[in-house]
Amino acid sequence: MSVFARASEVLVLSLALTLGGGAGAAQTAPPARVVSMNLCTDQLALMLAAPGQLVSVSYLAHDGAVAPLRAAARALPANRGLAEEIYLLQPDLVLAGRYSTVATVAMLERLGLPVIRFEPENSLDDIEDALTRMGAALGREARARALIADFRADRARLEEHLRQARAEADGPRAVLYSARGWTGGSQTLAGDILRAAGLRNLADELGLAWGGMVALESLLMADPDRLILGQPGRSPEGWSEARALLHHPALRHSRAYRAGVATNDRDWVCGTPFVLDAVARLIDETAP
Amino acid sequence: MNRLLIPTLAVLVGLLFLASILIGPAGVPAIDSLSALIRGDGGPMTLVMRELRLPRAVLAAAIGAGLGLSGAVMQGYLRNPLAEPGLLGVSGAAALGAVLALQTGLAGAMALALPLSGLAGAFVAVLVLALLAGPAGGALTLILAGIGVSALSGAGLALVLNLSPDPFAAQEIVFWLMGSLADRSWSHVALALPFIALGCALLLTQARALSVLTLGEDAAASMGVSLGRLRGVVLLGTAAVVGAGTAVAGSIGFIGLMVPHFLRRATRGDPARLLPVSALGGAALLLAADIAVRLILPGRDLKLGVLLAILGAPFFLLLILRARFAQNA
Repeated sequence: MSVFARASEVLVLSLALTLGGGAGAAQTAPPARVVSMNLCTDQLALMLAAPGQLVSVSYLAHDGAVAPLRAAARALPANRGLAEEIYLLQPDLVLAGRYSTVATVAMLERLGLPVIRFEPENSLDDIEDALTRMGAALGREARARALIADFRADRARLEEHLRQARAEADGPRAVLYSARGWTGGSQTLAGDILRAAGLRNLADELGLAWGGMVALESLLMADPDRLILGQPGRSPEGWSEARALLHHPALRHSRAYRAGVATNDRDWVCGTPFVLDAVARLIDETAP
Repeated sequence: MNRLLIPTLAVLVGLLFLASILIGPAGVPAIDSLSALIRGDGGPMTLVMRELRLPRAVLAAAIGAGLGLSGAVMQGYLRNPLAEPGLLGVSGAAALGAVLALQTGLAGAMALALPLSGLAGAFVAVLVLALLAGPAGGALTLILAGIGVSALSGAGLALVLNLSPDPFAAQEIVFWLMGSLADRSWSHVALALPFIALGCALLLTQARALSVLTLGEDAAASMGVSLGRLRGVVLLGTAAVVGAGTAVAGSIGFIGLMVPHFLRRATRGDPARLLPVSALGGAALLLAADIAVRLILPGRDLKLGVLLAILGAPFFLLLILRARFAQNA
């Protein structure tokens, strides 16, 4: 072990001793001060938490949360997911994503804070599990059960809507195309949104069930029926070649573009019941 | 032999241009690709040929020609075999100008702002180089000045891209420093080509003046060459060529260094004859490099600068070595 690593550990230990308290006790009662540091756990927690239970959300949630949750997200102070600021909030539960800043999460655990990590949801079914898990973490099981019941009812209604909107068995061949040429296959949440909207996913034809990059030329040669263009840039300002790709003239002159493009937005990002809004919109946008 | 040089290079550029539009991830046979290009059946292959591969090849030829020519001009004007727009930070400064225009929204409001800002960046860099290490400055001063300009423009570029509200911008430092022709379109051609053509035309008018300059400044002045005018045209022409090319394809280095050296012996070191063949050689080299990056890593957008530096940097070191031996001898 290097001198620096040892020194930083001593520092952490003394920090823990001085700031002390708050954490460490075994959790039996529901947590009273919950901090979320991931956009997706932010939104699940906003839907499920009791008033006052959630004390901070990630800075991404202020702009990136789905429209129905944005006001609630902005009412809470934002954190940038730094160990120091989260520790100083003295939470008794930290909610993190599987891939959110591993070093920070490890540090928080060493400081004795209970951290629960959530896997990203890869399908609509996963959303029920996520709601159940978040409900259990926050001690809000009843609210979670109610949301799951609503979610199932909405899904059933949406399937009915789809049957009416699209009579034929084989839906159009559609492809999701986002900045840098990223596309989502059937094993991703975005892919499941396509399936729920009755579309056949071109990414699977291209061997990208888990998603991946597609060269513009390969995309055009596959000749999809429908395009769903990603609009992941939360900011209208700024500029990148990655997003400029979505404005390429070749894409605009393609058959799929002329058939009318659908867009993917923040409703698609996280596995919350609000993805059903995205499915509903996609069904209408790609209706014959 | 030497009379055949220009036709040979022109045929080479033509063949490489053809190869460039026939290579791509679609893997469609050449005959079918060409018939889709010419006949235009409205199918996806026509779209790929006309909107993706053709503008890419046109840009490769135009930017390559501009870089080869500006390298030959800079070497002739600075009378320094190590001069080259990429190596001396002229391309880097052009990239900084272009990125500023894009991130401030200026390029969005007025499309011409993109090549013009690239031009402005390149102009400032060439001016700084000419003032710090003009014809009398010597090789070492020029290279040191180039290091300074490169470092400053690279830092500026990284700062601007990191400050961008666009989450993807910061990842694109590599594009701006290494250059790529992937997914370029006719709108890029329309923005860059007029400036490159104008810049090349300006630079070619100075061929005779550069020839005379090999005799020394005093001799050139006595033979009626206006040094002030020469400097002005070289600055503006280089800035137009490098600025516009970099604004749409990022910094592409080493072409201006290698091409004039390969062709110098065949033109007996006469700048008047070196300039046009360097343009053709540059076009051939960039077309070849752009074909190679697509063959090495299909569909993965390997940056041009990676390949060109692997070829060009050892060449640069060789030139330094040769300069040392010449000094010692």
